Amino acid sequence: MNFVAAFFKQPLVIALVLIVALLALGESLSPGFASADQILRLLIVASLLGIVAAGQNVVILGGREGIDLSVGGVVSLSAIIAGNVMNGADGGILPAVLACLVAGAFFGLLNGLGVTLLRIPPLVMTLGMLGVLQGLLVVIRNGIPSGRAAPGLSAFVTQPLVLGIPGIIWLWIAIGLFMALMLNRTVFGHRIYAIGSNEHAAYMAGVPVRLMRVGLFMISGMFAAIAGLCLLGYSGSSFANVGEQYMLSSIIAVVFGGTSLAGGKGGYTGTMAGALLLVILQGILTTVNIDESGRQMVFGATLLLLMLFYGRGKAMRA
Amino acid sequence: MTSTTTDIGASGAGGLRSWLQRYPFLPALVIVIALLALNGIFSPNSLSFRSITGLFSTYMALIMLAIAQTYVVSAGDIDLSAGATLSLVNVAIVVLMERWGGGAGAVLLALALGVLIGLACGLVNGIVVTALRLQAIVATFATSIFFTGLALYVMPVAGTPAPAIFWRTYGGRLLGVPFVFYVLAALALLLFLLSRTRIVTELLAVGDDQQAAYQTGLPVVAVRIKGYLLCGLFSALAAFCLTGDTASGDPLVGGKMTLYSVAAVVLGGSALAGGWTTVVGSLLGALTIGLVNSLVFFIGTPSEWQNFVQGLAILFVLMAGVLAGRRARA
Repeated sequence: MNFVAAFFKQPLVIALVLIVALLALGESLSPGFASADQILRLLIVASLLGIVAAGQNVVILGGREGIDLSVGGVVSLSAIIAGNVMNGADGGILPAVLACLVAGAFFGLLNGLGVTLLRIPPLVMTLGMLGVLQGLLVVIRNGIPSGRAAPGLSAFVTQPLVLGIPGIIWLWIAIGLFMALMLNRTVFGHRIYAIGSNEHAAYMAGVPVRLMRVGLFMISGMFAAIAGLCLLGYSGSSFANVGEQYMLSSIIAVVFGGTSLAGGKGGYTGTMAGALLLVILQGILTTVNIDESGRQMVFGATLLLLMLFYGRGKAMRA
Repeated sequence: MTSTTTDIGASGAGGLRSWLQRYPFLPALVIVIALLALNGIFSPNSLSFRSITGLFSTYMALIMLAIAQTYVVSAGDIDLSAGATLSLVNVAIVVLMERWGGGAGAVLLALALGVLIGLACGLVNGIVVTALRLQAIVATFATSIFFTGLALYVMPVAGTPAPAIFWRTYGGRLLGVPFVFYVLAALALLLFLLSRTRIVTELLAVGDDQQAAYQTGLPVVAVRIKGYLLCGLFSALAAFCLTGDTASGDPLVGGKMTLYSVAAVVLGGSALAGGWTTVVGSLLGALTIGLVNSLVFFIGTPSEWQNFVQGLAILFVLMAGVLAGRRARA
């Protein structure tokens, strides 16, 4: 009995149960919601969010109030850079990927240096960086057209690749495997948990704490950049602030995946389920016929309700 | 990580440190004065009484919102729904004033209800974060979506004008002095009275060490809910100032202001981790944002570069604020 209760308290299990429940709810509200085509479409949208959340996940796991509010800005920036580098030609995809990764790593590096060398709290540092990125977007947008996605990239994101499943979903699965291996099987991954649960002890044990933390922010920037590139493939052309929606929803996906915002506890598999959960919830709300105000109220209230299932804080005890 | 030594006022540097400890908003004040001077150099007209009045009437809403944020930050919490609360109060009072005829009585009644709405939002946040023990960042983000939905329900599209009596009063003069300075004076009095109560000390105690505060017998949950109530109250006051400035209702107006309010708190020298905050600093922090924006304009930055330079300048003063604040606390 205890075993069963413990099983259902795992965040991943909670998320999966909720996903099935929401799919059933969606199907009953509008038949066809849980059809194979629709589920694939939801998975594509979820993979975009999930890739951003992968970076957010490692920063949060690394502790010291780790959080990256600049991911939305990096997503938007990367979409523009990619659109201009490839400009509708398949030959430009590889240079675009490289350019986006460099840009994402660069802004991650700046975040990481601010957080480690100057010891600025991550929330403040990445909030300031978000302002800089938004300004940079205005500058770039005035100078150059927004650019177009290469047909190859669009096909990768929206068309079936292998076994009828689009490439981006395979990419997401690959990232999921990569993250699971990295977090559980490598020294780097174990060190992330070490600095996240007790930074001082990790430092005493010889973990290069600062270097690690800079690395985590760079990883976050690069994942956001990949997501921006894929988002361009999804929408065809980039438009103003496409990435803004990912800032807080990536954090919510991580929380729904059972990773504690205090750091040091959690993993990416849950986050993948969390991203899917969030996207299905939004999908249901767009299919039911209510106006925008009702949709937002239901969305906000449901988020609160779902949070009750996850890591609530401990009650104060003397 | 550094060891904490407590040698207050021993040497010259120690003297400066004790000053910083007593008046933690000093670095913010220096930044504001420097920015005022720079504004004056690049555009002498910007230091005129008229321009300063304009600065205050435009940024009074952000000042109020930054102060609102300060009270929750004191207890180590955060409120990402402050901007959505502002939007909700903004549309609610505009709709109510219009519905009740737009007379002086209607305005006052609508404002009273606006305060109640702000307090209700604060209460919801407080219960969600402290009684249900959800993490403040994500929980208040969820409530912000809910409040935005409510605001959209009250007023689906922006544009309903506020009655003339309201914005004429806010933008006008009383006995020859611009009304906004009465608002500032009333705010100063309110902050002074609040600082004399136990609530601010209790919030700081909870923010400094929640476990210790609990063990000394403080009702931690109640104290944190009070912090959110104060936040709701000042968010409502921010909405009044914003409505006076824009003279209309907009269900999405506050969304972008939330992160600026957090930035203003940090610019003012408060620690986001809680336990060390200054409302005067937050007021100055909000002014810093306003002055940076006008300075970027006055030095002749090409229009497409303005947002970038503003963002960069705010990032730098944020860093300066954190570093100066830490020096004071060390």
